[in-house]
Amino acid sequence: MPLDYDKLSEIARECRVQIIRMLTHAGSGHPGGSLSAIDILTVLVFGRMRYDPKRPDWPDRDRLILSKGHCVPALYAVLAKAGYFPESLLPTLRKLESPLQGHPDRVRLPGIEAATGSLGQGLSISIGMALAATLDGKPSRVYCMLGDGEIQEGQVWEAAMAAPRVGQPDRPLDNLCVILDYNKIQLDDFVKKVMDLEPVIEKWKAFNWPVIEIDGHDLRQIDKALDQAEATKGRPSFIVAHTVKGKGVSFMENDPEWHGKAPKKDEGIRAIREILGVAENDWADYLKKTPHVAAIVREIEGL
Amino acid sequence: MNAKATRAAFGEALIEIGAKEPRVVVLDADLSKSTMTRKFANTYPDRAYNVGIAEADMIGIGAGLALSGKIPFVCSFACFVVGRFETLRVSVAYTEANVKIVGTHAGIAIGEDGYSQMGLEDMACLRALPNIPIIQPVDETETKQAVAYAVQHQGPLYLRLTRQAVEPVSPPDYRFEFGKAVVLKPGEEITILGTGGVVFNCLEAAKLLHSEGISAEVVNVSTVKPLDEELILRSAGKTGHVVTVEDHSIHGGLGGAVAELLGEFLPTPVNRLGVVGFGESGDPKRLYAKHGLDSAGIAQSVRKFLNR
Repeated sequence: MPLDYDKLSEIARECRVQIIRMLTHAGSGHPGGSLSAIDILTVLVFGRMRYDPKRPDWPDRDRLILSKGHCVPALYAVLAKAGYFPESLLPTLRKLESPLQGHPDRVRLPGIEAATGSLGQGLSISIGMALAATLDGKPSRVYCMLGDGEIQEGQVWEAAMAAPRVGQPDRPLDNLCVILDYNKIQLDDFVKKVMDLEPVIEKWKAFNWPVIEIDGHDLRQIDKALDQAEATKGRPSFIVAHTVKGKGVSFMENDPEWHGKAPKKDEGIRAIREILGVAENDWADYLKKTPHVAAIVREIEGL
Repeated sequence: MNAKATRAAFGEALIEIGAKEPRVVVLDADLSKSTMTRKFANTYPDRAYNVGIAEADMIGIGAGLALSGKIPFVCSFACFVVGRFETLRVSVAYTEANVKIVGTHAGIAIGEDGYSQMGLEDMACLRALPNIPIIQPVDETETKQAVAYAVQHQGPLYLRLTRQAVEPVSPPDYRFEFGKAVVLKPGEEITILGTGGVVFNCLEAAKLLHSEGISAEVVNVSTVKPLDEELILRSAGKTGHVVTVEDHSIHGGLGGAVAELLGEFLPTPVNRLGVVGFGESGDPKRLYAKHGLDSAGIAQSVRKFLNR
């Protein structure tokens, strides 16, 4: 059945609102990369993956490893919406005793597959999971999202070399799909300025990966790329998703400052308004007609 | 029973366990000839993966396998596998991945290859990490039982093994118990706590001391983390003097752990024997003599410590 892109687009919008909500409450965190990743995570979790939030340890589930762990607000938003935990927990992000740690913690929060955030480790873990699934003849697919700055880490290239080789020839890891969130910005500055990755597609191809290049905010392109990855046999697949850091919030887009800075109250509310596509003049009316958004805004105002 | 390297005993134990436990998977990073896992790989080719010279990736793949229900052994030299500390820290310890970390070629006793190949700080590193116990079996008998224990232990665990053959010291009816130290020779005046291959030297030193009228208690501390606090406090309380012996840095290993324990609960004079600074190339026996880890050196340290 073809995916309902309008519906997915609506979910992605709601998740963006939750990302801003969480980060404004937390007063710290990483909005830029969360907003660049959310469309891909939305298609994966609400369009592609097999899982059961009631049984987070279901052995046949598909796995999602957010190797760029600092963007976990995006993952929390989709996991909450998928039913792993109530959305009311989202404002506890980064607060003492919250299972929503600043970076993913597998032990504290069911639905998180591995602790990540110490960059460069997630692809190796994904290889292990993909290998276990092939050894056990399970249908599970493993999705790993890497950050662009993250692939400057050496371990990524150890794993890049290994993944197309491990299990050959009888058990290739064609159940593994890696997605690069190529938003072109890392903590210190633009990736190009810090340590350029280019030519990134040629690099992965040279490591024997089939590479698919897409616009990481076009839900249809994301979906089609995942189709293509799933149809690829004998090798894992690599998707280069060109994205915009801070996507959906005008003052965050393409600005390295918003890699790791939380919005203040007024910035958070403005960001939510922009995400919802409401003009400033219509905002009061909109809030009257949309109580669940009004509640989120009131909550932020009360911080 | 003859002297045997604990890495060799590990390789043999893996094959036996592999037959009984299909979840066991073995990962290597181009040192399978040295870690002695080759035979396992030949016996169970579907459950052995050589990832090339890429220890961090090996550890991460192990974590992924463990999180999907396998019991992976990730194997390399102690210095190389623990050298990928940050991957152990997050992908294994913090994630609570059921990975068995195997570090062979522990200590200066590897000899001629020199410092860069010697695991000398591995226990110190892993002692600082929550959630990773450390077992250093003393001989073939204990190694085989420790490997069997590792498979049934829920959670990560570190096995520290020797390149060199080590003399048997465990009694024939010995049963390894996780977290339990074993008194191999009772004594009254000094407690010698040893771990790994040097325990044999401790026993030999105790014989020398006995002939001089010094009664030494020799304890095999194979579980270095968590320590058998009860036994160590009891022995230290009895003898009033404690010497620790390990083929590892004197910082942060058995000596460090014992000093922390006694300093807090039963202040007792402690003399830590081990490696100070970097190791170096040389004949293993002469290296042990130079660093005071042979029986003569241990006996001499005890005499000096007791002013005898």
